[in-house]
Amino acid sequence: MRNTKGVQKIAFFFLFLATLLIVVPVGLIVVIIIQKGLPAINWQFLSDIPRQGMRAGGIFPAIIGTFYLVLGAIIFALPIGLLAAIYLSEYAKDNVLNRIIKLAIVNLSGVPSVVYGLFGLALFVVFLKFGASILSGSLTLGIMILPIIITTSREALESVPQSFREVSLSLGASKWQTIRHIVLPNAIPGILTGTILGLGRAAGETAPILFTVAAFYLPQLPKSIFDQAMALPYHLYVISTQVPNVDEKIRYGTALVLLSLVLFMNLVAIIIRYNFRKKKKW
Amino acid sequence: MADIKVNNLNLWYGDFQALINVDAHFTRNQITAMIGPSGCGKSTLLRVFNRMNDLIEGVRVKGQVIIDAENIISDKTDLVVLRKKVGMVFQRPNPFPLSIYENIVFGQKIHAEGLTRLKLDEVVEDSLKSVLLWDELKDKLNKSALSLSLEQKQRLCIARLIAVRPEILLMDEPCSTLDPQATSRVEELMRELKNNYTIIIVTHNMQQAARVSDETGFMLLGELVEFGKTQDIFTSPKDKRTEDYITGRYG
Repeated sequence: MRNTKGVQKIAFFFLFLATLLIVVPVGLIVVIIIQKGLPAINWQFLSDIPRQGMRAGGIFPAIIGTFYLVLGAIIFALPIGLLAAIYLSEYAKDNVLNRIIKLAIVNLSGVPSVVYGLFGLALFVVFLKFGASILSGSLTLGIMILPIIITTSREALESVPQSFREVSLSLGASKWQTIRHIVLPNAIPGILTGTILGLGRAAGETAPILFTVAAFYLPQLPKSIFDQAMALPYHLYVISTQVPNVDEKIRYGTALVLLSLVLFMNLVAIIIRYNFRKKKKW
Repeated sequence: MADIKVNNLNLWYGDFQALINVDAHFTRNQITAMIGPSGCGKSTLLRVFNRMNDLIEGVRVKGQVIIDAENIISDKTDLVVLRKKVGMVFQRPNPFPLSIYENIVFGQKIHAEGLTRLKLDEVVEDSLKSVLLWDELKDKLNKSALSLSLEQKQRLCIARLIAVRPEILLMDEPCSTLDPQATSRVEELMRELKNNYTIIIVTHNMQQAARVSDETGFMLLGELVEFGKTQDIFTSPKDKRTEDYITGRYG
């Protein structure tokens, strides 16, 4: 018996250690980037165009570019993803076609992001002749985050109690009215959470925008959705590997801005989810 | 005001036959209680009357259920019209996670009727009065319906239903989550409501059936074994199985 307790203690120790190991890299990344990047952050860095071959000036065009790309991706992916999720959770019967659709969504989320980039290049840039543009990049990012939006939206819809639907129908509401007035309003926090997680993912990815939109160096703001644009993740890649003699401060400053952006979005998602759980009482 | 006539009704869940040759006549301005052991088909029968069984895949129904000279089993039945006429109170009180006010006007909004604020206020007041909640709740209509007690919730659900102005109320064990005092108050409400509605109540509680109903049907294994005046069923049942059940030999 004494031995069992000892074994248990050792097991707990290793389980705790493994869990702790997850925290360490996250903490280190954040600390190092803040430490090295913070000195670079000032108003000029955030609001100026890059100067002297990206060795000075700011990163404003990249911030704006990322903002446009994320916005475009969500305009494209949210309606499609939400409608697909409503179809899958409320209408789809369990048949071959719908199983294929579900399988496709799972596979879509497993596709490496560089493959999305190639796909976007082939379809949007070349075939549809959108060229390397904000439109192509947004659509590519949109396809990439579709599975996140569909999956989280479906979960949110399915977590609305069946009894709400029954009551609504029994009061003479049509199926669509039930979805519109009862199911959707109660699923919105979950859908929002998924959307913001998708946004964070879209803001941080480099590979999908590599061939479809990102400009190496473009010291001006895009004028239309058919223009190329700079974007934070790609800009970071460029100044870290392609341009010699860039001050470390600028590289880490760019990383800090990108990281803050993504963490901020995730934080918003967490807050929404937390408030929703607190209010939920059924 | 509507009667329900059931002729030779059969219902299958896939291969399982849940209702077998049911014939019955539910009379207006009466409370009819359906009793029987679990799984006897009484809730299934109830859910035929507002076609809630349609939500379950693989249900087949044959026979006639006549409400206002229309066989509501037919594919041509307009479910929205039917469900406005035949309302349902569920076992668990299930208000929407909205305010008390919003819960009651839900039907009005869905059916796009009387959408002026004045008319809606009137509907809320009338509905709450008819379930005897008005005095308790008139000052907190904007509070969440989820903050109410179980009994208040169930009354609110009845009020929400009455706001749609149905003719028939189906009640599926409406008191099973309530304590005895609340149960007796809801039963009192049912007696009040029967002046204006045809009420059918499914219940596990035989005392309740005896207390509130005018007629009673006893179901067993999908068959309607006996149907008649409540007094007769409980004092001189014609069928041996009915007698066994009400004397507590099974169920």
